[in-house]
Amino acid sequence: MTDVVQGPFRNEKALRRLKKRRAADVRFRTYGLSAIAFALLALSLLVASIGFQAVSAATYHVVRFDVVLDPQVIAPDGEDTPADISRNVDGFYSLLRSDLLETFPQAADDRLSRLRLGDLVTRLAVLPVARTVAENPTRIGRSMTITVPLNDDLDLYLKGAVSKDARVHIGEIASVSETTQNEVSLSGPSAFRGLEAMISTLRAEDGDAVDARSVLLTSGSSTGRVTHLETGAAHVTMLTGSADAFRGARPVARIIALPETERNVSDQQIAWTLALKEMGRISRVPHFSLLTNTDSTYPEIAGALAAIVGSLLTMLVTAFIAIPVGIFASIYLEEFAPRNRLTEIIEVNINNLAAVPSIVFGLLGAAVFLGFFGLPRSAPLVGGLVLALMTLPTIIIASRAALKSVPPSIRAAALGVGASKMQSVFHHVLPLAGPGILTGAILGMARALGETAPLLLIGMVAFVADVPSSPTDEATALPVLIFSWSTNAERAWEPMTAAVIVILLMFLVTMNGIVVLLRRRFERRW
Amino acid sequence: MFQQLGHLPMGWLMLALLAMLASGAFFVGRVQAERFSGPAAARIHSRPNYHGYFVAMWTFVPALIVALGYGLMGESLVRSQLVSELPANFLKIPGVELGVYLDAVSRAAVHNDYTGADRVFAAITNRYLEIQGVVKLSAIGLALLGATVGFVLARRRIVPGFRARNRVEAGIELMLFLCAAIAIATTVGIIASLLYESLRFFAEIPFWDFLFGTRWNAQTSAEFGALPLFFGTFMIALIAMLIAAPVGLFAAIYLSEYAGPKVRGWVKPILEILAGIPTVVYGFFALLVVAPSIRSLAVWINTTLISSGLTSEPLLAAQPTSALAAGLVMGIMVIPFVSSLSDDVINAVPQTLRDAAYAMGATKSETVKHVVLPAALPGIIASLLLAVSRAIGETMIVVMAAGQRARISADPTADLTTITVQIVALLTGETEFDSPKTLSAFALGLVLFAVTLVFNLIALRVVQKYREKYD
Repeated sequence: MTDVVQGPFRNEKALRRLKKRRAADVRFRTYGLSAIAFALLALSLLVASIGFQAVSAATYHVVRFDVVLDPQVIAPDGEDTPADISRNVDGFYSLLRSDLLETFPQAADDRLSRLRLGDLVTRLAVLPVARTVAENPTRIGRSMTITVPLNDDLDLYLKGAVSKDARVHIGEIASVSETTQNEVSLSGPSAFRGLEAMISTLRAEDGDAVDARSVLLTSGSSTGRVTHLETGAAHVTMLTGSADAFRGARPVARIIALPETERNVSDQQIAWTLALKEMGRISRVPHFSLLTNTDSTYPEIAGALAAIVGSLLTMLVTAFIAIPVGIFASIYLEEFAPRNRLTEIIEVNINNLAAVPSIVFGLLGAAVFLGFFGLPRSAPLVGGLVLALMTLPTIIIASRAALKSVPPSIRAAALGVGASKMQSVFHHVLPLAGPGILTGAILGMARALGETAPLLLIGMVAFVADVPSSPTDEATALPVLIFSWSTNAERAWEPMTAAVIVILLMFLVTMNGIVVLLRRRFERRW
Repeated sequence: MFQQLGHLPMGWLMLALLAMLASGAFFVGRVQAERFSGPAAARIHSRPNYHGYFVAMWTFVPALIVALGYGLMGESLVRSQLVSELPANFLKIPGVELGVYLDAVSRAAVHNDYTGADRVFAAITNRYLEIQGVVKLSAIGLALLGATVGFVLARRRIVPGFRARNRVEAGIELMLFLCAAIAIATTVGIIASLLYESLRFFAEIPFWDFLFGTRWNAQTSAEFGALPLFFGTFMIALIAMLIAAPVGLFAAIYLSEYAGPKVRGWVKPILEILAGIPTVVYGFFALLVVAPSIRSLAVWINTTLISSGLTSEPLLAAQPTSALAAGLVMGIMVIPFVSSLSDDVINAVPQTLRDAAYAMGATKSETVKHVVLPAALPGIIASLLLAVSRAIGETMIVVMAAGQRARISADPTADLTTITVQIVALLTGETEFDSPKTLSAFALGLVLFAVTLVFNLIALRVVQKYREKYD
């Protein structure tokens, strides 16, 4: 094995060169692999981050109220027609508020506490209840169970999205002594050791910022805020419930990671919420209202129904225009057009239009449909027209490819038995090209469904509280709703937006799934 | 009476009318042709159905033209008549407010729910309904008249020897041509509207000030120097291409030269998914994940540099929205545009070229670098040009993640604004078509259209030439 064959390509230099070349080959291949890995990683990061957010919006917290529908409050004399009742949001809301005040009598003392307590549920959240009662007036005067969504910030708190609380179990409290009205001193020989240890761990991590954090002690439905901690004893300000609940109990301490000034929910509100949860009146349920409600300025009662319907109406208009026109145009270009200058211009033109930025179509819509023809702003009709012009080139290109794939022998056979050119196309070529045309049309519609920019320019970004019923009503569309929700400041909109994105993507996946099925079912090689 | 007519649901009515007219005319024509008898019947050219289609065509088309005319012009006709009848003090109202007022009038008229105390408004609403009633009635009348004239003329031509099929087919061919011509009409519409509004803009703002001015402040004061917007657009497109060009190209090379059919069958569709995701979703991703991460990275770099004594002030702007965030996400979006077209052109390079290179002892990467890529170069350049055009025209990602501040700054963590962001900012909300503010959006649109058109034309021409070479 030692006698290496000598020659110009077999000497040491050449072998080194070969090794280098092979290494370059491996490197090159690795670049390719890492490029693909990068693209796949980006895609999965995108899907994962949106999916993660959306999951947290898939459920939300609702509060249960058992109230008596007092006719004096919800249907006072002179305002007791069904229409009045369905508009009487304040009346229904005051029922809920007085129920909360009964549950937490301490809050009744000052105005600010009453307001804060009322903030646990949004005023407008009772609107569906008011409508139900207006439809069934016999319910007035009876007791009724009402479930309304919890305030969005508290909902986020309960989901753990506001701050990650550190929870510590406290040992048995031996004695409770009230110092002043709300101030309590709890003591137990080794009760607070765990808490002290946790605080010193946190102090090691975050420094003195720990001192600004709230520490809440909860036992049953009673909660107090720790004001001063010493070995074996803690001074607590009671927030809800009574201090007696701590006697002999083993409470739970929560160290809330954000100081009270940096969050939208106060310690007091958290205490109330925890108490309601302890009473079993707060439960986490599927967030169906996201699909059945219309837009709102309050995230907990906002939904995408109006946008879904708006998108469907827009797509209807687009489909009615773009699909037939696209098919006819492609038939003309593929089967009838004479090879002349005009045809060539049309072809170049269509290829160009397919690459024109979508926002330019929005400008066209704003100038021509709104400015010149005076069609209504924010209407699915105009949105559909603009999107139809935008998708037309895509559909034409796909349909032409489908028509081109039908072999000329089909045409020749039809002509041979005496069909006219038109008959050969409409009776023979078109049906055979049908599946291909359909897939192109669906792909074009899927692109139109996800399009946002042109719709912004024709005013479909307006806040729409009613479900549109005709293509000339004011409406918005799913992608536009995603855009407007994502620009809202409140944190709760983030998961909501992600959830709407998931709805939109589900529509798109369905459309693309149909395309795949059609291709599987009808693909034919000649 | 006309007030009640104002509530006619014209869309459905016209559809029903058109359908009835067409089907009625079809049956009349067909029955007439079926009844041909006598010696002439032997000379029948077309089947009865075609006579039916012929009559239906002549009945349907005039009515359709009237219906389309009403659909497009009806509302503006009603409004212009209403405006001409308004009392003199209304004429002093600026155009936008009058438009908003008229919108309110038409909304109240459509829903018929105005219960307020404004007597003038109620009167105008009633008058609006009356005019609308007249217009609607005359549209229906006109449609019926046109249909009748067409019907009568067409029926008179039905004789046994009449070449109905040829006529119908000529009509269909004309319709097919008109559909194809809509593509031309769209381009003409785009160019005409952009040019028209832009010329109105340039009548107030000098062209060169717009193109080379460095201060853009269209919303508050009237400063229309678009250079910062061009810079922002260029910068973000550059960042996007720095990501998309290598990644897309290498992905295409790997898929077409290295990957087996199985890997290719999986990876290619997954890459195409990137192209199918709506851009607003990318925008949300940029806003939610990428922009905050880039900001914290920039802050970290700043503090590290300061603490190590290399700089005394923060080096990077570290804005919550940044050119880098928008460019990065846009780069991800553009990857499939580069990879899929490049993949096509690389595949189109004849296998013989590769075989020749292998026969000379070249390794795979040498073959790709020295034979395949040079042969595919025109197509690859075209795909890059198309991707650049896509990046320049992309709107939602930059609207959501690039920012609103017009400035020229080479710092990628600073917020920049682009042409498309400003178009959206200028045209969202109530717009008046007469102010330079709105018109400037069309001037920007014209620039955008012109630039992307040049890129597209070059790319398409190159692709076409290239296809011819190897076909």
